[in-house]
Amino acid sequence: MTQVGYSKKVMEHFMNPRNVGVIENADGYGKVGNPVCGDLMEIFIKVKDEKIDDIKFRTFGCGSAIAVSSMVTEMAKGRSLDEAMKITRKDVADELDGLPPQKMHCSNLGADALHAAIEDYWVKTGKIKRDEPEKEEKDHEGVACPTE
Amino acid sequence: MHGIYLDYQSAMPLDPRVLEFAKKYLAEEPGNPSALHSVGLAAKSAVEEARAKAADLINAEDASNIIFTGSATEANNLAIRGVALRNAVKGNRVLASSMEHISVLNAMKELQKNGFQLSLVPVDSEGIVDLVALDSLISKETVVTSIMYANSEIGTVEPIKEIGQMVHEKGMFLHVDAVAAQGRIPIDVQSDGIDLLTLSSNDIYGPQGAGALYVSPKVKIQPAMVGGGQERGLRPGTENLFAIAGMGEAARLAKLEMKEESERLRSIRDGLIKEILKLDEAYLTGHPTRRLPNHASFRFSRIEGESILLTMDAMFDIQISTGSACSSRTLEPSHVLLAIGLKHEQAHGSMVITLGKYNNPDQIPVIANAVSQTVQRLRALSPL
Repeated sequence: MTQVGYSKKVMEHFMNPRNVGVIENADGYGKVGNPVCGDLMEIFIKVKDEKIDDIKFRTFGCGSAIAVSSMVTEMAKGRSLDEAMKITRKDVADELDGLPPQKMHCSNLGADALHAAIEDYWVKTGKIKRDEPEKEEKDHEGVACPTE
Repeated sequence: MHGIYLDYQSAMPLDPRVLEFAKKYLAEEPGNPSALHSVGLAAKSAVEEARAKAADLINAEDASNIIFTGSATEANNLAIRGVALRNAVKGNRVLASSMEHISVLNAMKELQKNGFQLSLVPVDSEGIVDLVALDSLISKETVVTSIMYANSEIGTVEPIKEIGQMVHEKGMFLHVDAVAAQGRIPIDVQSDGIDLLTLSSNDIYGPQGAGALYVSPKVKIQPAMVGGGQERGLRPGTENLFAIAGMGEAARLAKLEMKEESERLRSIRDGLIKEILKLDEAYLTGHPTRRLPNHASFRFSRIEGESILLTMDAMFDIQISTGSACSSRTLEPSHVLLAIGLKHEQAHGSMVITLGKYNNPDQIPVIANAVSQTVQRLRALSPL
């Protein structure tokens, strides 16, 4: 039978999200998505011995966006940065027992936010150089939102 | 049902009196109205009785002006494509408000393939059709103009009588989708000047699976499909006897009880609006006074509608609706909310409450408290 609605695990994370909040003086910060498209998430990390010692998130978005954020923080916590960089969108969706097809792209941004936070840390510590200058927050008219 | 159901615009429970009235047509008297024996004639009588009751709800000239269909979507298609294609020699323009139901808009878009030109009339920030724009867009070639009686997402009631006059001075026919308005406010197709009007069974507590189209005696339309000639040949196919008989009884009860029930719901609605607008950055969508008595719709800054819906449901067992993109199949925010000029990020935070017969005033503080806690919870999660 076709699954109807969200999995129990998605609802469980949506209703009881883990690691909500901000980290003051975070070692890395990542922000992805756009309120125009209905999903915006940010992740803060604290790094110790090249491992994610603490992680917090805040998300504006639908049920799956919040569940994905919660799940990715749980998956990343305690892992080495290199391991955490390997967590994919699909890994997060699988851990949540799947997401409805139309939600796979638009709200499955947790891994992207995590990777952005790690890259931010690597830039700050001089390990990598930022590819492009950080884009200014603009008025979002005309933004193309992912549709599938 | 359990909890507090506040989504009557999506689906209504069947009225137990309607079920009692119509259930014999499911099992005991399953006649075919086209058969000439006594069982068939009884079925035919049931359909004709339902037709008269539906006609009475909207003050149609004659019961024969009611055509039963399988749904309101089907009635909208039959009205718009039927009148446009039948009258194509007289003109090739069709007109609708920008916040019509998707079945109206898609029926008109489909007509573009047949060479029709579609124009959309804008609405103002409270959802009232721009009459100046309507006046400028309508012409002698406009075969059909479709404006809803009231909008299901923002509750705004349109000035249908004025629109009817305008259409008849300059264009040909006015189609009105009355699904949200029927049974909530009085509708009189004759004094309102309506040529075609769509009704839905379930939206007056009737069974799902029936709709109806009122066709004025002045209008000729062509069928959307062909078959054995039922419903004056406009909607062939053996009648859904249970749904049609039930729709008739639902229409009779709606007319009988409308005034009292609408007063009752209006006071609950006003209580809810007053309480919910006390929250920070909470705004009413739609018109503050020209709105359906059972309709309260809002938007909240910095949070998203599907999350509102899920939290209200999972935490408080309260069922609401939203025009958020994330809850739709297209992942676009509601075209209605965009039509009233909301930005995408504003439209994402919408919540729609539609009240019905199982709501009562004692629920006002319970609902208001649930909304308040939901908004607080989601704002605490939000980076905005």
